[in-house]
Amino acid sequence: MDTFSLLSALVGGFLIGLSATVLYAGLGRYAGISGILGGLLSGEDIAIRGLFVIGLMTGAATVFYGAGLPPAIVAQSPIWLLVIAGFLVGFGTRLGSGCTSGHGVCGIARLSKRSLVATACFFSTALIVVFLMRHVLDG
Amino acid sequence: MSRYAVALVAGILFGAGLAVSGMMNPGKVISFLDLFDNWDPSLAFVMASAVSVFAVGNRLIRRRKHPFCDLAFLSPADTKVDFKLVIGGVIFGVGWGLSGLCPGPAIAVLVTGQTNLGIFFLALIGGMLAHRTIIRFTD
Repeated sequence: MDTFSLLSALVGGFLIGLSATVLYAGLGRYAGISGILGGLLSGEDIAIRGLFVIGLMTGAATVFYGAGLPPAIVAQSPIWLLVIAGFLVGFGTRLGSGCTSGHGVCGIARLSKRSLVATACFFSTALIVVFLMRHVLDG
Repeated sequence: MSRYAVALVAGILFGAGLAVSGMMNPGKVISFLDLFDNWDPSLAFVMASAVSVFAVGNRLIRRRKHPFCDLAFLSPADTKVDFKLVIGGVIFGVGWGLSGLCPGPAIAVLVTGQTNLGIFFLALIGGMLAHRTIIRFTD
């Protein structure tokens, strides 16, 4: 899974798009994970949101462990950096009302101006951060 | 199909999609965001695929008066591009660039049982709660 596989990318993306379609067709909601988590924390529609999250972990685990030896998933950063990064992801997605699934997939599919702007913001920022981390600071 | 079944199925599809596409692996995401070293285009194809599917699905479903299992389609509360959207996107982008993890994969990788990823997730929740606290304080 570490080498590029066009088929995996397209099929995986298809499943994500299908997920969003099912959620929208059934419940009229957008599959924005930051919104789902945020709503859970606020105690709104806990059953629906909780089931989605449980489903997410189930689906991921099934594929991850189901296809033989699972690929190595490693987060390289030290713990303190993961804490900072995690906090920023949580805070930023709530402040910006969305993430890669909410804005990046659902919003762009609807040609939402807000989502196009938001996606441009977090993508360009992430690109710059990765460049700085990998090619400026670490050498 | 009951509301709960919709949520669960959508979740399973989403999690499976994350795993199949490799987006569950922060290293693969960073390899996309790092344009200058062993570039991995997977993320672009994942998003293109997901967006395409939901664009079609969204269009088709919108012809209905309401979702299959609910009373109405959800409309996002905010429609304007504003400061919060942009700043939120930037903050999220920093966290995403630092870790390669956004909310969906952050949940998915919990199934690998790695402590540092659990800590990342807790920090993410912390960030969301911090945002909620600030909102409550300033309203």
